[in-house]
Order: sequence, then structure tokens, then C-alpha cells
Amino acid sequence: MATPSPSLFQPALVREAVGQAFVKLDPRTMFRNPVMFTVELGTAVMFLVTLGLLFRPDATQGSFGYNVTVFVVLFLTLLFANFAEAIAEARGKAQADSLRKTRQDTPARVRQPDGSFGRVSSAQLQKGQVFVVEAGELIPTDGEIIEGLATIDESAITGESAPVIREAGGDKSSVTGGTKVLSDRIVVRVTTAPGESFLDQMIALVEGAARQKTPNEIALTILLAGFTLVFVIVCVTLQPFARYAHAPIAVASFIALFVCLIPTTIGGLLSAIGIAGMDRALRANVITKSGRAVETAGDIDVLLLDKTGTITIGNRRATHFWPAPGVSEGELVEAAVLTSLHDETPEGKSIVELARQGRRLDEPALQQRALGGEPIKFTAETRSSGVTLASGQRLRKGASDAIGSLAHAAGQPFPPETSQHVRTVASNGGTPLVVSENDRILGVVELQDIIKPGIQERFERLRRMGIKTVMVTGDNPLTAKFIAEKAGVDDFIAEAKPEDKMQYIRAEQQGGKLVAMMGDGTNDAPALAQADVGVAMNSGTQAAKEAGNMVDLDNDPTKLIEVVEIGKQLLMTRGTLTTFSIANDVAKYFAIVPALFMVAIPALGALNIMGLKSPQSAILSAVIFNALIIPALVPLALRGVAYQAVGASALLRRNLLIYGLGGVVVPFIGIKVIDMLVGLFL
Amino acid sequence: MNKELLGLGVLFGAAVLLALPLGRYLATIYRGDKSWSDFLAPFERLLCRLGGIDATRPMSWQQHLGALLTLNLVWFFWAMLVLCCQGSLPLNPDHNPSMAPDQAFNTAISFLVNCNLQHYSGESGATYFSQVFCLMFLQFGTAATGLAACVVVFNALRDGTTDKLGNFYNYFLKSLTRVLLPLSLGVALVLVFQGTPMTWAAKAPLVTVQGDSTFVSRGPTAAMVAIKELGTNGGGYFGANSAHPLENPTYLTNLVENWALMLLPLAMVFALGYYLRRPRLGYMVFGVMTAGFLLLVGPAVYYELHGNPALTRLGINQPLGSLEGKEIRFGAAASAFWGISNTVISCGSVNSMHDSHLPISGMNELLGMMTNAFYGGVGVGILNFFVFIIIAVFISGLMVGRTPEFLGKKIEAREMKIAIIVALLHPLLILAGTALTTHLYANSPTALAGWLANPGYHGFSEMLYEYTSAAANNGSGFEGLGDNTPWWNISTGLVMVLARYLPIIGPVAIAGLLARKKYIPESAGTLRTDTATFGIMVFFVIWIIAALAFFPALALGPLAEHFTLY
Repeated sequence: MATPSPSLFQPALVREAVGQAFVKLDPRTMFRNPVMFTVELGTAVMFLVTLGLLFRPDATQGSFGYNVTVFVVLFLTLLFANFAEAIAEARGKAQADSLRKTRQDTPARVRQPDGSFGRVSSAQLQKGQVFVVEAGELIPTDGEIIEGLATIDESAITGESAPVIREAGGDKSSVTGGTKVLSDRIVVRVTTAPGESFLDQMIALVEGAARQKTPNEIALTILLAGFTLVFVIVCVTLQPFARYAHAPIAVASFIALFVCLIPTTIGGLLSAIGIAGMDRALRANVITKSGRAVETAGDIDVLLLDKTGTITIGNRRATHFWPAPGVSEGELVEAAVLTSLHDETPEGKSIVELARQGRRLDEPALQQRALGGEPIKFTAETRSSGVTLASGQRLRKGASDAIGSLAHAAGQPFPPETSQHVRTVASNGGTPLVVSENDRILGVVELQDIIKPGIQERFERLRRMGIKTVMVTGDNPLTAKFIAEKAGVDDFIAEAKPEDKMQYIRAEQQGGKLVAMMGDGTNDAPALAQADVGVAMNSGTQAAKEAGNMVDLDNDPTKLIEVVEIGKQLLMTRGTLTTFSIANDVAKYFAIVPALFMVAIPALGALNIMGLKSPQSAILSAVIFNALIIPALVPLALRGVAYQAVGASALLRRNLLIYGLGGVVVPFIGIKVIDMLVGLFL
Repeated sequence: MNKELLGLGVLFGAAVLLALPLGRYLATIYRGDKSWSDFLAPFERLLCRLGGIDATRPMSWQQHLGALLTLNLVWFFWAMLVLCCQGSLPLNPDHNPSMAPDQAFNTAISFLVNCNLQHYSGESGATYFSQVFCLMFLQFGTAATGLAACVVVFNALRDGTTDKLGNFYNYFLKSLTRVLLPLSLGVALVLVFQGTPMTWAAKAPLVTVQGDSTFVSRGPTAAMVAIKELGTNGGGYFGANSAHPLENPTYLTNLVENWALMLLPLAMVFALGYYLRRPRLGYMVFGVMTAGFLLLVGPAVYYELHGNPALTRLGINQPLGSLEGKEIRFGAAASAFWGISNTVISCGSVNSMHDSHLPISGMNELLGMMTNAFYGGVGVGILNFFVFIIIAVFISGLMVGRTPEFLGKKIEAREMKIAIIVALLHPLLILAGTALTTHLYANSPTALAGWLANPGYHGFSEMLYEYTSAAANNGSGFEGLGDNTPWWNISTGLVMVLARYLPIIGPVAIAGLLARKKYIPESAGTLRTDTATFGIMVFFVIWIIAALAFFPALALGPLAEHFTLY
């Protein structure tokens, strides 16, 4: 369950972020961001100039008040940029903390070398140690069940209130610290050292200690550094030009021009955007092991999805009874229900449910008949199950060839109509179960996969995003094809073995595609590692979780779709804000360049198309606009630009119109308005 | 006036119509497909055998650059040798002297890099030998170099994953034998028929109408003028370039020369599309370039046709537009068109004095060279444009939520680094060169008074223009500049070298790196680069990156002059 975020700026977070904004002024931290680092240098120079003016006024540098104002605005620009990063971090941390609360210090009963169990604080648990948990207790840390089975309440992490079953061996052996055992007793081996759980890794990632720039962030930083350099050149060379033109320029104006032209907007928001991306993943209850994984998710071309649970609702359900010729429907239904009363499988239950619908089923009578009967469990050899009643009646249901061979052995015919039913059901994507009474064929029960409502639309949306969906299923190709068509997936892997997934992923990757998959079992681990984005379910084995690069706390197979959108949003937010930032330069040039030369070259007043009041007010307005636009865009940076699956060109057109054209127009208006306000004081 | 505009329409329309089939032809021969010019193949093979070159061996991008740079280095020494000794070499009937080393350096470099800045006048500064065997030789060689480098980039973009990008000598040789030589022959013939000299004889005595006797310089002019335009070199035979009555005698030769210079840059754009079998990509690039070109040419033609307001204020009627520094046989419109087309395309020949153009025309000529990607020089125009495509792809890729890719290859940090360095280099060279010079001038205006014919804004434009022209490898001069001094010769020489080779090395390296990457097939989520939307994006990137950086400089030069004048 995604945690809703009521407000972007909760007071406590804002307070923390404001403090951090000052801490982050440390040049050693600033150096990581070349754009803002040059602003810091400019601010330092401005500070010295202002200080100098205090002692030795210099008319060519403008008034002391003007210089102080420029300095203050530049300083605010720095703080705003730091604030953006800090608030993103604070939000990420708050989210992670709320998850971490679940793992407060809980006592753990650890197995001692002599085999007895002693009490230890969960913080002291070491990797490899073994502890025991009983009903009503909290699990102290992440681990793998080595003994026993238990129902566990994982709502603290997933928000899902229904308890889940975890047991030793198999694919559901993993338990998470902070969740509560509801029944039974399990023995668990600790799988992570203290402070190294996925959650701890994620918190470190958000806090910046372990945050590395992703390749895309590096490339963008290069671009922004390039822009910054262009404007270093522009501003440095402007000095001799101005001297030649006898139009001396004050230091404050130079620095103002420089700071306005370099892409401070995106430079100031870049790391906030990255953190917010991870934060959004966390809010969707996905723990990412690196920022890179989120970015890659946006590029995914192929999505491997398990059929069960993702495309179809859990298990197959009975949908129809097809009696054999000469058998009444009631007879078939009764026999089917009798074979299923002891059957705890979802298929068996669904047969009883179907029988109840629209029929007057005398259940107590049937229960009575079943009493004392001997249930026959399903095995892989017999491929059938059923019951032998106290009366000696043998009732069976199972695969058509299994029941068919029983009938054949007993010399009973297999009616051609029933064969026809079997074929029809299979070709419609269903599974036929043949029912027999004392080896006499009674008819067929049709089991169908129920496709999740709304899944077709999601696949359609993925297709528009350019993502190919592949269904992975253990079903035979015929059934698989039918369900694939009905659900609207592009391809399927039928009768899939773990190696098949791996091979499919490799083949797609060889063709240059990026593949994402979700898995939980140990045998999924190689494929999870091979996939470009591997999302392991939290309920899955430790091996699977280690192999993937994301862990989904909700165990929700459709989560991949959200992850892809989060990745795309992240890149889009970077791209649109870069465009906006660069487009702003047009207006800033028209504000500052006339202001620099209007006094010495009155003709250039014609370039003052905004009609700004005076050179000083024009420069101040441009710098103030430049500073204010950063906090103004913080909400957009944190929320991300909305992704729409409308095709790349349409999306580019839309974003170019909003952020490109908007980036040209908005500062013209903004600077003019600020100039009118500034004009009141000058 | 309408007739003049009609002339421009015919000029531009015919250039595009001729470029389309030529583009198809270029794609065919570079791909190595069958074409009518295959009868030259035995001749090419013979040349290769004589040179000991295996023109079939595929080369990596590094090997291509190695071949290109080595070839150019050898040419440089040859040019220095010829220019420094031309006085004592044969074919010098007018007994012109050898060049001073700094001037020879500037001239050698400027012809080597397809710039042809020319701090000398052909009549007195060069001999027939150096005109033909050094300067004209380089005009062919550098044009072929540009074409070959461009084909290497085409190859890198076409194939799946490879590091073999064809053979440099093959493309170089084919550019000469199958493109430049035949076209030059045709253009030179038209010029000869129209009266351009083509002779080894010394200058001819002439008695003027007033009875004074003088001499008229001549020589093997028609041949050099043809390749000067076709190879977008721009280096004229005579000092006055295509304003000279013997170099560009009639309106017809003006038309042919203007076609000649536009032909190959336009055709290479179409060839890009045909070669990659993505004709739409070619049309997109053509659209962007044409939009940029028209945006610059429109105002220039408008202002030149409307005359100079300073003269209007004196009560002088200017029905033919502003004619100062223009040839009456071409008129104001054709001169303005020529000026912009020669600066947008890095040819840099002149048929009127840009110094006398109105400030907005001067500014647009500067902008043509500052952007340097609206058509651009033969081959290298596309290389420059390629850098802007890379940057545009990067930003727009992010805007649609995918890590950026161009033609199925991911654009990552390394490619961005190279693209940014190349994009950065151009403003750096222009602005730093001009800044140093203005700094020197502002320090000692009296000692350096000979540098500038006009002080003030116009003088600033003259200096800015010189470095812009050098950095764009354009070679046209604003003139009015005393530029045959060691400072100008050496500083512009260095600018020219850097501005030629880095913008070739950069794009070829990017293309080489991309070619090695894994090919990602296009999907519905891929941003298509052959659409109008992407074209607008590239257009936007070029203006913001290439033009905006020069806004302050333009404000102090042409804009200040314009607003003072109007």
C-alpha cells in the first residue's frame, strides 16, 4: 500500500531542512555541484566587494545598498538550492524512519552454543545467529525460517492487514524485522548484519552518504558544467569589450549577469529530483538498492510478469459443469461436491462455491454422506484426487487422461461428447477436470483463470509507453496463448522453467532491450540478477532479494508498472527543468544586457523591451527572479512531472510547449513584476 | 525590386532542386553502389596503386583521424614551403615576392583548414604557381577531407554495432574524382564563357578611358573560382574576391557561383538521409537549417533593399537600396543573399563589402558564422550540426522519460563531454580572441590605430567578425581591418587550426564511440529524431547555445550601431 503524502512541506521537515541548508554551504559539499559551486564563489566575491565598499566607497561599483542587496539575493539563491536538496532528503528520511520504527529494539531469544535460548537485544544480533519467535512476539530482524511454519502479520511494513503464511524451505521462507508472529513457532537464521538491511541501505542512499551520481546524472552535470563554462567565457570576455566601448561594468553587475545566465534552476534542484525519485519509490513501498535502478526502470523495454497473481487472480476457479450423456447435471454436481468437501485447494473450494450458485444444494445431506469417507489426496503420479465414501463409492476428479485410464482399466467407455467438452474447455484457456463415480465418467468441470479486472488497460498503457509485456506461466502453450490474448500481453512463455526465463531475458538483452522482472523464489535469483531491473518480493527468499536491485514490500506483482513510471518521471523532471532553466536565459539577457550598457550607450535602451525602471532595478529583478524560481519549483521537483503514455513525440511536444515556451515567457513576466515592486523602493 | 526578389527565389529554389538528385548521387557513390561514374574506378585504383594505398581496408575511427591529420600535416609543410619561396619558383610572370613567414603561416593554415582568410591580395601576394599548386590544390584537398570525415560519421550512424567505418582514402579519392572535379569543370566552363580569364600569361597592359595606362592582373582564374565556391573555400583569386569583375563578371556568373557554393552543403544534408536510408532525417535537418537560413537572410535583404537611413536623412533617394560597397551588376538583394549564404555556409567568398552592409545584415552574417550549422561547410557543416543533435537528443530524451538515444545508440557521459567541448570551443575562440584584441587595442589605441579603419561600434564589429570568420573557418572578411600584422596573422592562424580540427575530431569520435555501442531497436517509447517536433528542439538548442552566448558582444557591435543609426 502506498503511503499517501499529505503535504510536501510538513513543519518539522521544513525546520530540519532550513538548518541543513546552512550546513550544506560547506564548500567541500558544494563542490559536488559545479553550477552551485560557482554561485558560491560569486557570492564570496560579492561579500568581499561589499565589505570593501564599507570602508572605501567607490562610485563606479554602485551604492553600498545595491551591493548588499545583490549579495543577500545571491546568498539566498544558495540557501534555496540547499533547501531543495535538504527537504528532499528530510522527506526521504522521514519515510524511511517510519519504516525503521517497526524495528525498534525488540528482545530476541538467541540459540546459545549449548543449544539453549538466551535473551539478547535485537541490535546485537549477528549475521548467521539463530533465534526463535513464538505467537504474539515481534520478529527482531530480517531472517530466513529454518524450522517451522507461522502466520505473520506484516501490516507494519505493507499496510496489508491479512496475515501471511511463512514456512521453512520453499520460496516463502523470508521474514522481516518488525513484523509480528500470529500463530505457531518458528526458528529463524539472521541474514543481515546490524545496520546492513535493505532498509538501512536505502536510508543511507537517501541521506547522501552512499549516494552516488547515476550515469545519467553525470552526463547531465557535464552538460550543465558546459553551460556554466560558456557563461564564464561570456562574462570574462565582456570586461575588455566593455572597456573598449567605454562602458565600465560594476563587479556586482558582472556577477549578477553570470549567476542569472548559468543554469542555477536545474543546478539547484538536480539532487533534490534524484532523491525525490527514490523517495517516490519508497512511498510505493519499493526499496531500491541504488538510484540507478530507478533510472533504468524508466527505460525498460520488456516486462516479464508471472501469470498467477499478476495477470490472473490467484488461482483457477470452477466456472461450469458439463455432464456426460445420460448423466443429469445434479448427479455430476453432487459427485463433484463430494470429491471437493475435503479438498482444501482453491480449485476444490471453487467447485463447492459454483455448486451453491443458483442450485438447491442439500449440503447437510451431502456432508452426512461424506462422513466417514476416506479422502484421496492429489499426487503428481495419479493426477487425480477424490474420496472413497463409507458406502464404498469411489468418487474421483482429475486430468482427463488420468481419469480416462481409470475408466479404461475398469472397462468403462469414455463418451465422445465428454472428449469434445474436454477439448473445448482446453482451447478456451480453461482446465478440464473429469469426474468419475466408480470409474464411470460423469462429466467435466471447467476451471478457468480469472483475469484481473483492469489489467488489459494497464497493458495497453504499457504498450503506449513502448513496453512489451511477457507473461510467464507453467500452463501448456494452448492455455497460455488464450490467456495471453485475453489479457492483452504481447508474448508469453508457456510451460516455463526457471532457465526459460533466464534464456528469454538474455535473448532480449542481446537485442539491446532492457528487461525487468519480478520474482520471489530461489530459482528466480539468477534471472533477477540477469534482468536490468529485478524486483524481488519481500516475502521471497533471501537469495532472490540479494539478486534483485529492488525489493517490493507489498509483494504486489503489478508494482513493476509503477516502478517504470517513477523512473520515467525522474528523467522527465530532470529534462523539463533543464529546458526551463536554459530557456529562462532569453529573458534574463534582455533584462541585464541593456542594463549594463544603457548609461554609456543610450541607443541600447531599445533592447530594454520589458521597459524595466532603471539599470539597477533591472539587475536586481533578474537576480531576485533567479533566486525565487528555485523554491517555486521545489514542489515540482519533489512530485515529479506527470508522465503520460501518449508516445514520445507527443510528450516532447507537450513538454516543450510547457517548459520550453513557458521557460521563455515566464521570466519576462516575472522579472517585469519584480521590477515594478523593486521600483517602489529605489 | 520585385525582379530582384524573384531572382533570389529562383536562386534558392534551383539550388534545392539541384541538391536533391546530387544528394542521392553522393549517397550512392559513398555507399559503393553502382553509379554512372563507375567508369572512373580503374583510374582511382591506379592512383591508389601509385600511392601504395589499400583503399579497401576498413578503418576504425581513430585510424580515420590518423590518416586525415597526417595528410593535413604534410599539406601544411608543402604550403609553407611554396608560399615562402614562391618568388623564386616558376610561373611567376608578374614577379611577385615571397610571403613573410607570419603571413605564409596564416595563409597556409587558412587554406589548409578550408577557411581562406586571406591576409594578402592574389594579384600581388601570390604567384600562378602558388595559386594553382598550393592554394587551389588545398581547396580541393580540404573540401574532400570534409566530405570524407562526414561519410565516416554517416557510416557510424548507419551500421549496427561496429568499429569498422569504411576507408578514409576511398571516400577522399571519390570526393575528388567523382564530385569535386566534374562539378568544378562545369562551373569553370560557364565562367570562362562569361569572360573570366584562364591563362598563364602575365598581367595585360590597359589604357583606360581617361588615357592612363595601367596593368590588369589575370591568370588561371576560372579554375580556382569554381573550386573556391564548390568546396566552400571562399579564397578568391583576386583580392576583391567575387566582387572583382574578372572573377564574377555577370549576373549569370553570380547566380552560378552562388549555386555552386550552396550545392554540396545542401546535397550532403539530403545524402545523410539517403545514406542512412532515413530520408525523413535528411529532410528534418534540411528544414531546421533552412529555417535558420531564412531567418537570417530575410532581414538582411529587407534592410539592404531599403537603403541607409543616414543617407535618407541627407535627402538622398535610394530606389535600388543601399549600394555602398556593392556591385551594381548584382544589386542590393543578390548581394545581401550572397553575404548571408556565404556566412551561413562556411564559404566566405564576397561579392560586396560586408563592412558596408547595414548593421543588421552584418549581425546576421556574424550569426551565420556563430551558429555555423545552418548548412555549414562541405561535410563539416553536418559535423557541427551533429554536435547540436547530440545535445538536443540528450535534453529531449530526458524530457520524454528515457535515457537519451540517437538512432538506436545511447548517449552517455563520454559523448556528452566531447559534444560540450566542441560546442564550447566556438564561443571560446571567438570571444577570447576578440577580448584579447580589444584589450590590446584599449590599452594603446594610438599605437594600434592602424588596426581599425572605423573606431567605435563598427570597429568592434570588424574585430569580432575577423575572429568569428576564423573560428567558423569561413574566411570572409568584414574588411576595414589592418590585418596583415604578426598579431592578427598568428592569432587568427591559431584560432583557425583549433576551430578546424577539434570540430572534426569531436564528432568523428562521438560517432565512433556510438558505433561501438549496442544497438537498441526502436520502440513506441523511442523518441523519433526525424520529426518536426525534434527539429524544433534542435533549432531551439542551436539558438540558445550558439547564438545566445554572443548576445552581449552583438549588443556592443552591430546592435549598438543599428539602434544609433535607426
